[in-house]
Amino acid sequence: MLEVKHLEFYYRAGRPVLHDVSFQLDQGEILCLLGPNGTGKTTLLNCLLGLRRQKGGTIVLDETDLSHLRIKERSKLMAYVPQSTGLAFSYEVQEVVMMGRVAHLAPGAAHTAKDREIVMQALELLHVDHLASRRFPELSGGERQMVLVARAIVQQAEYLILDEPTANLDYSNQIRILRAIRTLAREGYGVLMTSHYPDHAFLACSRALLMRDGYVMCSGTPEETVTGESLTRLYNTPVAVSQAQAFGKEFQVCIPLMETGDALGEENITAPDAASTPDG
Amino acid sequence: MTTLQGHQRHYWWKLILLIAVTVVGFFWSFFIGRYPLTIGEVIDILRSSFMPVERYWDDTMTTVVLNVRFSRILAAILVGGALSAAGASYQTMFKNPMVSPDLLGVSAGAGFGAAFVMLGSGAWWEIQSSAFFFGILAVLLAYLISHVFGNRSITVLVLAGVVVSSFFQALLSIVKTLADTEDALPSITFWLMGSLGKVDNEDLTLLVPITQVSLFLLFLFRHQIDTMAAGEAEAATMGVNVPLVKGVVILCSTLMTVVSVSFCGIIGWVGMVVPHLARALVGASYGRLVSVSFFIGGIVLLLVDNMIRGTMAVDLPLGVLTSLMGTPVFVLLLAKSGKEWH
Repeated sequence: MLEVKHLEFYYRAGRPVLHDVSFQLDQGEILCLLGPNGTGKTTLLNCLLGLRRQKGGTIVLDETDLSHLRIKERSKLMAYVPQSTGLAFSYEVQEVVMMGRVAHLAPGAAHTAKDREIVMQALELLHVDHLASRRFPELSGGERQMVLVARAIVQQAEYLILDEPTANLDYSNQIRILRAIRTLAREGYGVLMTSHYPDHAFLACSRALLMRDGYVMCSGTPEETVTGESLTRLYNTPVAVSQAQAFGKEFQVCIPLMETGDALGEENITAPDAASTPDG
Repeated sequence: MTTLQGHQRHYWWKLILLIAVTVVGFFWSFFIGRYPLTIGEVIDILRSSFMPVERYWDDTMTTVVLNVRFSRILAAILVGGALSAAGASYQTMFKNPMVSPDLLGVSAGAGFGAAFVMLGSGAWWEIQSSAFFFGILAVLLAYLISHVFGNRSITVLVLAGVVVSSFFQALLSIVKTLADTEDALPSITFWLMGSLGKVDNEDLTLLVPITQVSLFLLFLFRHQIDTMAAGEAEAATMGVNVPLVKGVVILCSTLMTVVSVSFCGIIGWVGMVVPHLARALVGASYGRLVSVSFFIGGIVLLLVDNMIRGTMAVDLPLGVLTSLMGTPVFVLLLAKSGKEWH
């Protein structure tokens, strides 16, 4: 169980970026972190990953305080999938994935057949083993994301942290990634992902956490937290959550709205300077 | 299922071939130069230094083989290799194909150090020591600036290196302005253009251990250095001690570069272009890249220096020739694989 308790963070004193952030994440769960741009989601991930040190509160994993762990030990508990990597040079896919094994190597040691097997297994699990010898920069966006997930898998951690795994991907690749994430949760990983698509909370996640201006607005199952009302408040933009039917099933869908009429009280959400501009 | 694929498959053959070419080049180079020698003479003189051989040659020949040519040939291989390995390390760690070993100011610092001593017409060992000292000092300054005033990120480190470089280049310009135009200025100018002509066996007692220990250390950290190509933050999430790896790469690359520069002056482009040749041959993975870069760099500098020794009546500046050749090679590489660089 990953427990974040009363987390505080600021870059400059007096201007908190994270304020009293608390939540729990169990293995097998997928937690979707939703919130507008600049709300502290990335800072929260950086604190969890040990890239930033929190100013207050604790991050406890199975009764181990993570701030007491060295970065090598931490990497065996928690793996990270960046939104996109800044990887320079034409590494082959299997070399990129192999990088995830680095913490498991003895100092100066070479990769063993076991390491190569783990790499191939991760690629097979995500159905991208045919890419093993391709050069990473030649891959499409969706393929790259899969390779980065594979790199996190070979770290053999218990928790996965994904920063907007579906960003810049088309529908089919979004679904492929979400399916992969669900597979990993079933394998026992605890998954924390951020997203700008609230729909993905319904599609793949067991829980949702809505964050705004550095504090937690609400959290719980997607059905109880991701509502038209909460999303409208979260993004300061009218959003409707509605029922849809297709393939004989019922779905929850989120729809951001351009025009709302009177139903949502548009005057509360229009930009303030638009109201103050004298109409010519 | 887990067979070696792609670049990994032929790596060992390529490495063995390069080592063989280096060894052949090493012996072949003894026949180049104004003093004619036969194969038998060279082999016997070389053998005589570590085993009893019946002596039939004169002292001049011994000096030519054991003191002049041996040290210059070995230095060419080691310096070319060291600069290329340092360049490969910096390119991978700074995630930038345009980086050369003097990124953090080591050449500018060494150049100033050497020129400053030449101003007072110091002895050769004084020039070397001063170049060594100021080369290290420049990198130390860049490192400290980025640590004390910056956020310790690699970007700030690069900026600090640029600033420190231009600072020492300015100092060098002042020294040049003050230098005696009859005597000191020509020797400063010549030194800055690089030459292997003054290397002797004593220099090798420093050059050999420093390059070998640095290469060994870099090789130990090869997998960690690979993760740095994905960026500092990603490397850290994979469990890599980023400050340690950064320190090792900077220390080893600086030592290899500064020892080369203080013995041979500034030799441009080898450290930047050779890693690209190596990458085209064995791919980006650092362990393979650095070993292949070392041997290609050694062969390249040996060939260029042999050209100078074999064809010119005067000691043409080595650094000028490497730059002359480096540019077209770089353009060729760019035309072939430049589209992959980001």
